[in-house]
Amino acid sequence: MEHAAPVNPWVALAYLIAGVCFILALRGLSSPESSRRGNRFGMIGMGVAILTTLLTHSLGLNLTAGANAFSAGLSLDLTSLVQILVAIAIGATIGLIIARRIAMTAMPQLVAAFHSLIGLAAVLVGCAAWLNPAAFNIADVAGHVLTISRIEMGLGVAIGAITFSGSVIAFAKLNGNMSGKPILLPARHAINLAVLVAIIALIAYFTAATDAAAIFVPIVVLSFAIGFLLIIPIGGADMPVVISMLNSYSGWAAAAMGFTLHNTAMIITGALVGSSGAILSYIMCRAMNRSFVSVIAGGFGAVADAGGAAAIDRPWKRGSAEDAAFLMSQAEQVIIVPGYGMAVAQAQHALREMADKLKEKGVRIKYAIHPVAGRMPGHMNVLLAEANVPYDEVFELEDINSEFSQTDVAFVIGANDVTNPAAKTDKSSPIYGMPVLDVEKAKTVLFVKRSMGGVGYAGVDNELFYRDNTMMLLSDAKKMCEEIVKALD
Amino acid sequence: MTFISILSIFVLAVFVGYYVVWSVTPALHTPLMAVTNAISSVIIVGALIASAAAGSATSKWLGLGAVALASVNIFGGFAVTQRMLAMYKKKERPAPGQQ
Repeated sequence: MEHAAPVNPWVALAYLIAGVCFILALRGLSSPESSRRGNRFGMIGMGVAILTTLLTHSLGLNLTAGANAFSAGLSLDLTSLVQILVAIAIGATIGLIIARRIAMTAMPQLVAAFHSLIGLAAVLVGCAAWLNPAAFNIADVAGHVLTISRIEMGLGVAIGAITFSGSVIAFAKLNGNMSGKPILLPARHAINLAVLVAIIALIAYFTAATDAAAIFVPIVVLSFAIGFLLIIPIGGADMPVVISMLNSYSGWAAAAMGFTLHNTAMIITGALVGSSGAILSYIMCRAMNRSFVSVIAGGFGAVADAGGAAAIDRPWKRGSAEDAAFLMSQAEQVIIVPGYGMAVAQAQHALREMADKLKEKGVRIKYAIHPVAGRMPGHMNVLLAEANVPYDEVFELEDINSEFSQTDVAFVIGANDVTNPAAKTDKSSPIYGMPVLDVEKAKTVLFVKRSMGGVGYAGVDNELFYRDNTMMLLSDAKKMCEEIVKALD
Repeated sequence: MTFISILSIFVLAVFVGYYVVWSVTPALHTPLMAVTNAISSVIIVGALIASAAAGSATSKWLGLGAVALASVNIFGGFAVTQRMLAMYKKKERPAPGQQ
């Protein structure tokens, strides 16, 4: 290798320990009991990484693992250290305040916002490394950035910029600052492809260019643009995929920076986060029976207004809160199917209260979660956990689907497409083939919905509404739960 | 470190990530995203190096900016993950006060 920068074994070991802590942090998430310990491992790993860097770079601690022992040379730059600590303090304060105040229903937007910060930080680090290569040990004798580092840096900055602008759009859509409907530019595939090709070509050229500053800036600008262009055509309910994908990107950006800096902790973390996001995207796509490419191409649900209104004049049954209360209190088992509508109505607490009342009456309550219910992976589970629903009452689709046929009442609250039987029978339906919850097999289906007018995200009418065993509870989800609670008294 | 040794670490870590993430229970996918978010802020290492280095004032300030951004993520990410994980309970207990 052309630049065998001396790597201090103690420092390298510290970063390796940090990387291992991050692996343990994710490993802990295999069960709720071990997850809290896992999170602490994550914090320890981060602490080790930060302290090591501060000790070696800011305090100038020069650990040489020679035969004699440490020869610690302190060359302390106090101003710089204070500046760094102030920057950390500012970030920490903002971060802690947000973490404490954020509503659980707003978790998807928060995660999108956090992704954007990672992306932006990666871009800033890339630019900083570009401007001061010597500090990062990536300069050749003439002071230019090494070729291999240029590729890594170019990729890191490009991925970081895409993560940033993509996440900003995802945030705006999730937070309601921007319509959740797909925005379709004419010839968008051609534009996107052209921009991507341009970025790759620029990175290739960047490695060879003598005055590369003129190329570095366009790479950043075009990458910001492509992140924006990629996310605007994607609609609201595809957000679980988008958010997982951006999660993955933020990981790859960190990994690329790790390559540039030869830092084990960053490489391990980047690889973990990158594969985590990719796996989540895959799980979400599978749960919608759609290919990753078709989600990314966007535009799904754009025709929602046109398709839905046609079948409304079919007969359907309307029920009241009292009817629902009566039916459920007579039931042996009730399965509750929550969806995004529950999050929007903030109905999780009222729903839990309703479930408690029913449990007092000897009814067995279970919750069935579709993988894409909500706006991010696991969204419903967090909301139910927030409302104090024990997690052993909450089941995933494949674990509970067979139980609907032995269930008296399926209570659908805020979910729609994920319960549509047309996905199993109607080959012409846009959601055909998507795994759905077999709620129609329950003796009675109670379907909470604000009005009969609206259709689900896919723009298809739900067969379920018109079935003999379905009773529509037309009301706000939270209000309906509260009324049922009253009726149960 | 040579490029090939870095690449080896990376490739093996991708495999570790693959198996570890598949074993995460779907109920914890939201905390998974929050915590991966927090740990990918390890790019703060690069930001700290830039902030501490002499030679380029612009580079230093960019680094400090990145330190602040990554810190938001580190502290916010771990704290919000902890808050979420604390809510997952097996048996009924009296509701803790919500902020």
